[in-house]
Amino acid sequence: MSLKQNLHNLKEKYKGTKMAPAFNAIHTFLYLPNEVTHGGTHIKAADDLKRTMNIVIMSLIPCLLFGMFNAGYQHYAAIERAQGITSEFTVLGSFLTWDNLWIGIIKVLPLVIVSYGVGLLVEFIFAVIKGHEVEEGYLVTGMLVPLIVPIDTPLWMLAVAVVFGVVIGKEVFGGTGMNILNPALTIRAFLFFAYPTWMSGDKVWVHDAVNRVGTADAISGETILGSYAQNQEVIYSTWDKFAGFIPGSVGETSTLLILLGAAFLIFTKIGSWRIIVSTFIGAAVMGLIFNQIVAAEIITDSSKFYGLMNTVWWEHLMIGGLAFGAVFMATDPVTASQTNKGKWIYGFLIGFISIMIRVFNPAYPEGVFLAILLMNVFAPTIDHYVVQGNVKRRLKRTKVKTA
Amino acid sequence: MSKDIRIKKGLDIKLVGVAEKNTTKVSQSSVYAVKPEDFHGIIPKLTAKEGTEVKAGESLFYSKSDERILFPSPVSGKVVEVVRGARRKVLAVKIAADATQVYKEFGAKDAGNMSADEVKDYLFASGCWPFVKQRPYDIVANPNQAPKAIFVSAYASAPLAADLDYTLAGKEAELQAAITAVSKLTAGKVHVSVGANSVSPLSKLTGVELHKVSGPHPSGNVGTQIAKIDPINKGEVVWVITPQDLVIIGELFLTGKLNLARTVALTGSKFSKPQYVTAIAGASIEDLVANNIENDNTRIISGNVLTGKEVKLDEFLGYYDNQVTAIPEGDDYEFFGWNKPIFNKISTSRALTFSWLNPKKKYDLNTNTNGEHRAFVVTGSYEQVFPLDIYPMQLLKAFMYKDLDEMEALGGYEVAPEDFALTEFICVSKQPHQKIIREGLDLMREELG
Repeated sequence: MSLKQNLHNLKEKYKGTKMAPAFNAIHTFLYLPNEVTHGGTHIKAADDLKRTMNIVIMSLIPCLLFGMFNAGYQHYAAIERAQGITSEFTVLGSFLTWDNLWIGIIKVLPLVIVSYGVGLLVEFIFAVIKGHEVEEGYLVTGMLVPLIVPIDTPLWMLAVAVVFGVVIGKEVFGGTGMNILNPALTIRAFLFFAYPTWMSGDKVWVHDAVNRVGTADAISGETILGSYAQNQEVIYSTWDKFAGFIPGSVGETSTLLILLGAAFLIFTKIGSWRIIVSTFIGAAVMGLIFNQIVAAEIITDSSKFYGLMNTVWWEHLMIGGLAFGAVFMATDPVTASQTNKGKWIYGFLIGFISIMIRVFNPAYPEGVFLAILLMNVFAPTIDHYVVQGNVKRRLKRTKVKTA
Repeated sequence: MSKDIRIKKGLDIKLVGVAEKNTTKVSQSSVYAVKPEDFHGIIPKLTAKEGTEVKAGESLFYSKSDERILFPSPVSGKVVEVVRGARRKVLAVKIAADATQVYKEFGAKDAGNMSADEVKDYLFASGCWPFVKQRPYDIVANPNQAPKAIFVSAYASAPLAADLDYTLAGKEAELQAAITAVSKLTAGKVHVSVGANSVSPLSKLTGVELHKVSGPHPSGNVGTQIAKIDPINKGEVVWVITPQDLVIIGELFLTGKLNLARTVALTGSKFSKPQYVTAIAGASIEDLVANNIENDNTRIISGNVLTGKEVKLDEFLGYYDNQVTAIPEGDDYEFFGWNKPIFNKISTSRALTFSWLNPKKKYDLNTNTNGEHRAFVVTGSYEQVFPLDIYPMQLLKAFMYKDLDEMEALGGYEVAPEDFALTEFICVSKQPHQKIIREGLDLMREELG
């Protein structure tokens, strides 16, 4: 008997039992189910939620791979800088090396495994308790989480945060499709607020920087935003920032690859181009406003805001998590605005507020995740007013008739 | 002002098995059936008991809410069985047909000289009233309300739909007689829509407002046309009649006989010769498809693939249907079907689905759901196939949590289940949109009247 037949028999055997959702989750991972339509349309389009989620994961893979290499590259580059060695940078010679990848394998892969393992376990438990099928939402969340945390996040912290994020961020609302806050960002926010001394330090961004503090081998683990916030000069070129050869959260440094992912999402019609474009516009506008303030000499270089305000507006789009947030976080359809008009407003405000938080909060300059969480909360309100426009138009039509 | 309707949002689902323009007459079935469930919202009161002899056009049952609304027997013969379901609900009235058909005589009339009430009474008596349906709620029209307009869509854009230009050819006299009659029933206009490039027998009618329709499905849905021409507001009613039913009404006025024969399209990949046949409403499916079907794991549908009803061989053609579709069942597993590139199915996304490469290609779709039922997740996709000025997802959600105020405000009066057939087809979460809308409309009718 074939695998297909065996699995089918097993499915029939366990139908209606408690463990059925857990079994079905694995079964449907291998095979598209044999379900046929009943009532309603007799045919259905090819897409299902698994396919949709799979596209998002595929668009994240380049960022993950880059992040693995970058983990090693930043580690060795920081050591070299600490020792005062300068070597010429080549992509093949000093970036895509086995040594770099090895750091990625021992540091980044465990993050991915813990994120998926813990998160899916929670999902399975809830599916079995509540007797519904395992929903696919976590497939994307589980991939996003390791990409937005600092490289030296301890695994136990990540595990605690994932449990919190999935249970409080999603399951208490009723699971995938019902949540108000983006689960991946809930996890990130939990890490930030629960372990602030660890998470907001300037050491966690480069592997091993924390352990070496106070030793003779101490290295810098600071991001560009950190340097700007302290009004320091930044040692990276524009190309470095765009291509992503900079320290930062695992997967969010390479604007180039993020834009590649964005192009794929928009082409496949999975990601909302409206949100992506309007987030960048919003960020650019806020950046420009700050640039004008500096140009008008309202804020001078004695101010603690000067460093980030003086950052050219287009540079704001490349550094920190803005691009990653705009492309992969803000576009989560469940927590974003659901109307097309609403998506423009929602995205614009995310970009706008991100840069505002980034500039005014030098203690922790990364405002993107807070801005997105804030707008998650307001997305239903935005939608409400957009939909009210439609309702008003309908009422007006009636009034014209009766008048 | 242009009276043409051009829509951009929508989706033409191109399937294998378009009916060839070639009509054969199928042999008369031995048993016909009228199913009260074809008339949504009607509670039947039987007048014909088992064993009663009826003529074609004689009533079998009437509506509990309005006893003037009669439901006629399509053939002459003997009532052989009243099929009942749970709580003695009438499921079907079966009539064994006589070898030679006897028609009940209603007397030919000239609609031009009749008043509105006379036309109404004539339609009641002859059992033609059920052909008049109303929006809102998509049910048989309530004769006590005055419609602001009457709509007829003579453009069929649904997948594999019968070509109305072909099936109605030569029926100009009947159509004109029917239009003259029904136009008495409204103070407003009778709107008739035909395809932009068609030579429809309806395009030469007088006493109507003619609209030319172009664009993808659902441009032919009468709901789309109402929304573009004269949308329904709260408290308003419009009536809707299909052109194939107009022919029956017209023939009644011209001859005095109710002849429920119509041209039915046999479509879909499981027919060996997709073509047209002449059949009477309520005919047995087995006789309709005889010698023409590969009945091996086949789904037979009375109606089209989006809105039709699944039927078995021993069941009957729906009262309003002019199409029977047969497509393969999809009750098989597909290895890694959720992530491998898909070339043989239709999709509106490009998520490794490649139907966008070749928009002209005809597909042989089966009944697999292509995924499991999920909560609403994806946003913005329904709007691309939904031409009405309504937020489809918000309306669906309002219908699901049954907030009557919101249902009303978001456009509940303007929709019928068939308007949500395309959004249901493309739904990534595989939600039953048409069922949600139907149940919501029933609730609205109950609570808001």
